[in-house]
Amino acid sequence: MSETGIGARVTRKEDFRFVTGRGTYTDDINRPNQLWMWLLRSPHAHARLKKIDTTAAAKMPGVHAIFTHDDLARDNVGGLPCGWLIHSKDGSPMVEPPHPVLAAGVVRHVGDPIAAVIAETRAQAREAAEAIEVDYEVLPAVVDTREAIKDGAPQIWPEAKNNTCFDWHLGDKDAVDKAFAKAAHVTKLDLVNNRLVPNAMEPRAAIGEYDVATGEHTLWTTSQNPHVIRLLMGAFVLHIPEHKLRVVAPDVGGGFGSKIYHYAEEALVTWAAAKVKRPVKWTADRSESFMSDAQGRDHHTHAELALDKDGKFLGLRVSTLANLGAYLSTFSTSIPTYLYGTLLAGTYTTPAIYVETRAVFTNTVPVDAYRGAGRPEASYLLERIVDLAADELGIDPAELRRRNFIPKDAYPYQTPVALQYDSGDYFTTLDMALKAADYANFEARRKEAASRGKYRGIGMATYIEACGIAPSAVAGALGARAGLYEMAEVRVHPTGSVTLFTGCHSHGQGHETTFAQLVADRLGIPIDQVEVVHGDTGKIPFGMGTYGSRSLPVGGSAIVKALDKVVAKGKKIAAHLLEAAEADIEFKDGKFQVAGTDRAKTFGEIALTAYVPHKYPIEELEPGLDETAFYDPKNFTYPAGAHVVEVEIDPDTGVVELKGVWAADDFGRIINPMIVEGQVHGGLAQGIGQALLEHCVYDDSGQLLTGSFNDYAMPRADDLPSFHLGTNATLCTHNPLGVKGCGEAGAIGSPGAVMNAIVDALSPLGVKHIDMPASPRRIWETIQAHRPRMAAE
Amino acid sequence: MYAFEYQKPKSLADAAARAANEDAKILAGGMTLIPTLKQRLARPSELIDLGGIAELKGIRKEGNDVVIGAMTRHADVAASDLVRSTIPALADLAGMIGDPAVRHRGTIGGSIANADPAADYPAAVVGLGATVITNQRQIPGDDFFTGLFETALEPGEIITAVRFPPAQKAAYMKFRNPASRYAIVGVFVAQTAGGVRVAVTGAGPSVFRQKEMEAALSKSFSPDVIKDVKQSPDGLNSDIHASAEYRAHLVGVMARRAVEKCG
Ligand SMILES: Cc1cc2nc3c(=O)[nH]c(=O)nc-3n(C[C@H](O)[C@H](O)[C@H](O)COP(=O)(O)OP(=O)(O)OC[C@H]3O[C@@H](n4cnc5c(N)ncnc54)[C@H](O)[C@@H]3O)c2cc1C
Repeated sequence: MSETGIGARVTRKEDFRFVTGRGTYTDDINRPNQLWMWLLRSPHAHARLKKIDTTAAAKMPGVHAIFTHDDLARDNVGGLPCGWLIHSKDGSPMVEPPHPVLAAGVVRHVGDPIAAVIAETRAQAREAAEAIEVDYEVLPAVVDTREAIKDGAPQIWPEAKNNTCFDWHLGDKDAVDKAFAKAAHVTKLDLVNNRLVPNAMEPRAAIGEYDVATGEHTLWTTSQNPHVIRLLMGAFVLHIPEHKLRVVAPDVGGGFGSKIYHYAEEALVTWAAAKVKRPVKWTADRSESFMSDAQGRDHHTHAELALDKDGKFLGLRVSTLANLGAYLSTFSTSIPTYLYGTLLAGTYTTPAIYVETRAVFTNTVPVDAYRGAGRPEASYLLERIVDLAADELGIDPAELRRRNFIPKDAYPYQTPVALQYDSGDYFTTLDMALKAADYANFEARRKEAASRGKYRGIGMATYIEACGIAPSAVAGALGARAGLYEMAEVRVHPTGSVTLFTGCHSHGQGHETTFAQLVADRLGIPIDQVEVVHGDTGKIPFGMGTYGSRSLPVGGSAIVKALDKVVAKGKKIAAHLLEAAEADIEFKDGKFQVAGTDRAKTFGEIALTAYVPHKYPIEELEPGLDETAFYDPKNFTYPAGAHVVEVEIDPDTGVVELKGVWAADDFGRIINPMIVEGQVHGGLAQGIGQALLEHCVYDDSGQLLTGSFNDYAMPRADDLPSFHLGTNATLCTHNPLGVKGCGEAGAIGSPGAVMNAIVDALSPLGVKHIDMPASPRRIWETIQAHRPRMAAE
Repeated sequence: MYAFEYQKPKSLADAAARAANEDAKILAGGMTLIPTLKQRLARPSELIDLGGIAELKGIRKEGNDVVIGAMTRHADVAASDLVRSTIPALADLAGMIGDPAVRHRGTIGGSIANADPAADYPAAVVGLGATVITNQRQIPGDDFFTGLFETALEPGEIITAVRFPPAQKAAYMKFRNPASRYAIVGVFVAQTAGGVRVAVTGAGPSVFRQKEMEAALSKSFSPDVIKDVKQSPDGLNSDIHASAEYRAHLVGVMARRAVEKCG
C-alpha cells in the first residue's frame, strides 16, 4: 500500500480550506448588483389566504418586487415535483397533490412560504415582508398521523381521503399468516420512530442570476445534487432547458439528506432574478431551517414477530403509519416504502415478511430522507422486537440473533422483501463488538452499579443497509422517476496531472481526498497531482449527486471505469511509442512497460504524447487523454455490522450515561480508514442524538414547539463518549472496488443499541420498551410508573 | 433586527440619562438581548452599551463581602481567585452557565436584570442573600426577583454591582435542560450568617426559597433531613422537557446533592 493509495489514512485535502475559514459556501458568494429575497412564511399550520395585500409593503424602502402565487401562475411556473411514484395495495397510484412554489390560496404548515419580497438588502426585504397584510382564515390542523387518518380529522388535501397519500405493502401476506399460525411464540411491539430536524451546520442558501446577454440562468445553491436540481427545476418548474441553466453547489456544510430536494427557494431566486434582471440571494436563518428543511423519520409502527420453539424467526408482520408532512418532498414517498420495507429482513433469515405502510399528510413540514432514510427505521424496529422476543423467551439476545443470522455461505441471499444480499458476515461483526465490550462479564458491572443505586444495562443491535443507490432498472421498476447511475470524467493534462470531475457531491464526505486516492493509486501519480471537481453543472457532464452512501460504490465505480479507459488508451499510445504490441503493454506503478523487458514510458510521457502527438498513431487514435464513464450499479451494496452500547441510569434524575459505544462494521474495502472513522463517528452522534436527545415536537395546533436549539436538543461532544470502532470486510461482489459505503451506518445501528441497553438497564423494574428519545424526563417517568408503590412513596 | 441607534457612554451618569428614554434599551453582554432583537421581538430606538463604563467591571472585596460589577463576565467570575477563595460555590455556578462563548460575553448584571426563570445567577443572589446595587439604591436579593422575567428594577434603573456576603458552606447543583443547558432545576444551598438558605431556580416562574428545607437544614445540616420534604408541583413550570412533577422531584434531588456537596 502506498502512502496515498487505497487503504491509506490520507489526511483530508479539503481540510486546510475548511479549518482556516477559506471555504466558499453559497452564502460567501455575493454577485455584483445583487438583491435579497425574504420570504413571508405562514405563522399558521393550516389557513385559507383570504387576501394578501402587498400595497404598503411594496412602498417600503429598497423594495423592488413582491411576488405571490399569482405572479408565478402568470408565468406558468410549475409546482415542485415528487421523484418517486408509489402505488397502493389496490394498484392505484398515490395521491399527488400540487406543491406550489408559493402557497396557492391555502397554507398547510407553519413556515409555508406565502410571498417573496425582493429588496436591496436582506433587512429591507424582511421589513417589507412584515408589512404584507394577510387575511388568514385559520383552519383546524392535524399533526399526528394517528389522528389524521380518523374520520372527521381536518382534511389537508381534498383529494386525499383520510389524509392518506397511499396505502402500500410489500411481501407475501399469506405466507406470513401461515407462519404465525404455526408459531410457538409471537412477540408484539408498538413503537415510535421520533421525528427529527436534520440541522446541517450550514443553513440552506440560494442565489439566482440571469444573464440578459446570453439568456443563461445560474443558480448557486446548497445542494447535494446540482444536476438533479437542474433537471427538476429546469424541466418541471421553470421550463428552462439544461443548456441555459447552470446549477452550482459550491462548498456545502452538511446535508444529511436535507439538501437533496428541490426547494421552493431555489426556483424563486432563479425565476425572480430573471424578472428583476438582477441577481437575487436568499440565505435561511436557523429559524427558517427549522420550519422549511425537510424533516426525518416520524413513524408509528405495530410489529409482530413469529418464532418457533427454538427461537427461529418464522415470520414478521409490520404495519406503519408514516408522516409525509403537508407536501410531497422530492423523494419522500420512497423512504417509508422501498428504503424501509425492503430492509425488514435485516441480517436474519426470516422466511416470510409482510409490511404495510400508510403514508399520511399532516400540517407539518414535509418529511423526507434523513441520514439512513428508512433504513434506520427498519433496523430500529427489528432490533427492538428481536430483543423483546429474546426477553420473552429467556434467550440471550446475542444467541437469538446468531440463531437467525443469514449463514456465511448463503450468499447471494435472496430476502423475502425484494433485495438480494451479495456478501456479508454478521457473526464476525457481532462477536467483535461483543468481545470489545466485554459482554461476557457484563453482569458483574450491573451488580456493581446496583450497589451504587444505579441501573446498568448493555444492548446490541445489528443492522444492514441497502446503499449504493441504485440500479436504475430496479429503481425504475419500483417507481423512481430517475436513473441512479453516476458519472466520472478523468481529464489527464499534458504534463500528467489530473482533474477528476465527479457527479457526486462532497458536503462533508471527504471525496476530494478519497477520490484522489483512487486516481493516484491507479495511475501511480502523486496525490497532489489530482484535483477533484464537483458540484457544478457547468463543469461536470452529469451526475446524480450524493446520498444513500452511494458516492464510493457508484461514483467511485464510475471513476474506476473512466480510469480503465485512460489506461487502455495509454496502452495504445505506449505500444506505438515503444513499437510493441498493445497486448504486451503492462501498466503498473505509473509506468507503461513492455512485458518482460525494461522498455517503458512513464504516465507523464504518455500524457504529453497524447497532447503533443508528433509520434502518434493518429490514423487510429484521437489525440488527448480525457475519458468519461457512467456506471449503473448491478445491485445495491449491503454494509452491515453490529453496535453494542452500555449505559448507566441514575434513577433519581432519569439521566442516561453512555458508558461505552462499540461498533464493528463491514463496509467492504476501505479506501481511507480515517475518513471512514469520521463518518462512523458522525453517524453515531446522530443515531445517539435520536435515541437520547432529539425530538421534533408540534403542538396540536401545528405550532413547532422545538423551533430552535433552545428546545431541540442536538448531541454535543460532551454528550458522547469515545467510540470504539472495528471493521471486518467482506467485499462487495459486483462493483470493481468491492466497496459498500459507510455514510449512514452509524446512524442506523446505534439507536437500537442504545435503546436496547436502556431497556436492559431498567428490566429489573419490568420495563419492556421505551420510545425515543430516552430523555431524562421520559426515563424518570418510566421508572416512576414501574416502581412498586412502596418504593415510590 | 430593526434599525436602532448605538451608544457607548463612558460614564454611568451618561448611561443613566440615556436610559431614561423609555424606548432605549441597555446592552450588556448581548447574549439575550441580541437574539431578541434578531428575532424582532423588541424594537428599541437606542441601545446603550454599558461596555465602556469602567466602574461596572471587576470583582473586589469590601469587608467580608465580594462585590461583582454588573458588567463582569461569567468567565471572569468562574476564574476569579477572589471568588474561588471566598465563595467557591459562586465561581462553580458561573462556570456552569451556557458554553465558553456565552460565558465570555454574558454578564452578571444582564443575567439578573433579565430574570430568566431558568437562569443560574438568581439562585446565588437569593441563596446567598446578596444585595443588588443599582445607580439609585440597594435592593435585597430576596426582593429583587418579582416574577417571570420581572424584577424590582424601575424603568431606566441600572444595576451597577451585586454584593455577595460569604457563606460558611455553600453549593450549587444544576440539572441542565438537555437542549438549552439552562437550569431545568438549580438549587443553591448555603449556610450563611443569617441562617440556612435554599434557593431554587428553573423550577418556578421565578427563583424561590424552599423554606421547609431551610427549616429542616437549620436544625441539622445533612442531606437526610430533607429526604422527606416534599416540594409541591403546584405552580411549577411545565414544558416538553420537564413536567411540574418531575421538576418538583428534581428540587429534592438537587437540594440533597447540594447539601452533600457542601460537605
Ligand atoms: C446559548 C446560550 C446559553 C445560555 N445558557 C445559560 C445558562 O446555562 N444559565 C444562565 O443563567 N444563563 C444562560 N444564558 C444567558 C447568559 O448567560 C446571559 O447571562 C444572559 O444572556 C444575559 O446577560 P447579558 O450580559 O448577555 O445581557 P444582555 O443580553 O445584554 O441584556 C439582557 C437584559 O438585561 C438588561 N440589562 C443588562 N445589563 C443591565 C444592567 N446592568 N442594568 C439593568 N439592566 C440590564 C438588558 O437591557 C436586557 O433587557 C445563555 C445564553 C445563551 C445565548
